[in-house]
Amino acid sequence: MSTRPVVAIVRFPGSNDDHDAAWALGSVGAEPVLVWHDDAELPSGTGAVVLPGGFSYGDYLRTGAIASLAPVMGTIRQFADGGGPVLGICNGFQILCEARLLPGVLRPNRQLEFVCEDAVVAVENAETIFTRRCTAGQQLVIPIKHGEGAWYADHGTYVQLAARGQIALRYAEDVNGAFANVAGVVNAAGNVMGLMPHPEHAVDPLLGSADGGLLLAAFVDAAVEHSLAAA
Amino acid sequence: MKASVLVRPKAGILDPQGDAVEHSLRKLGFEVSGVRVGRVIDLEVEATDEATARAAIEKMCHELLANPLIESFDVRFEES
Repeated sequence: MSTRPVVAIVRFPGSNDDHDAAWALGSVGAEPVLVWHDDAELPSGTGAVVLPGGFSYGDYLRTGAIASLAPVMGTIRQFADGGGPVLGICNGFQILCEARLLPGVLRPNRQLEFVCEDAVVAVENAETIFTRRCTAGQQLVIPIKHGEGAWYADHGTYVQLAARGQIALRYAEDVNGAFANVAGVVNAAGNVMGLMPHPEHAVDPLLGSADGGLLLAAFVDAAVEHSLAAA
Repeated sequence: MKASVLVRPKAGILDPQGDAVEHSLRKLGFEVSGVRVGRVIDLEVEATDEATARAAIEKMCHELLANPLIESFDVRFEES
């Protein structure tokens, strides 16, 4: 068996970071396979799933709302329920929230402007399968580029999430009006994460930062583990 | 049966779009406050009575048309 785990990257109409995600994951040891949203099955031996960034269905109705009902989402829900690692980046995060695989929702940025800049993101919980190559409190430089990236949950939900370590990443400063500067959350089981910053755009120091590679490499480790466990 | 679904940002939820519209209305000289921006979805459903139609539309709201975390909705039927 190949040591490169298959990581399925799901493309929706309007996804645009699918190839970047494939390239970046390939650079940290994965075998990326692009999957169409209309497919009801994942490639055999899939070790992890990525929902990439973009503007699925033109962000109609609410960002991620239409994509959350795509045929592939039922399969991804099963994959996640079985402990499979799932990572949603930007629009992928929005889709996972709308699918209720992750808590909260992404709202229009407070400043009503599209933000496109390097963000400093602190690792709040370094024990998740996505952050375990980082240390708690470590600051990562990862680009953000979104118009609707202000994560929101009501206060009671937020307090519970924080107590359970589900707030994985937090912006070092307010960039978009996100509740408590939350940049990334994990589900209760710890195998699904969504984040607004784009780790796939930060895997080469030549392009400003390789910090995103830490998250992606940890995710690929988890894909290997899941493949072995499922085999 | 024709109906309109009004989806609004819930009370207490920050509505930057409403704030921006309010700001622009003030620039035009209108004395206005509390501006909130939602959306209207017009639709037609097959139903013999309003209660059945309402139940179907409320299900649509829960499953797709509104996100209950941040939005409230209101269903109105067109007078026929």
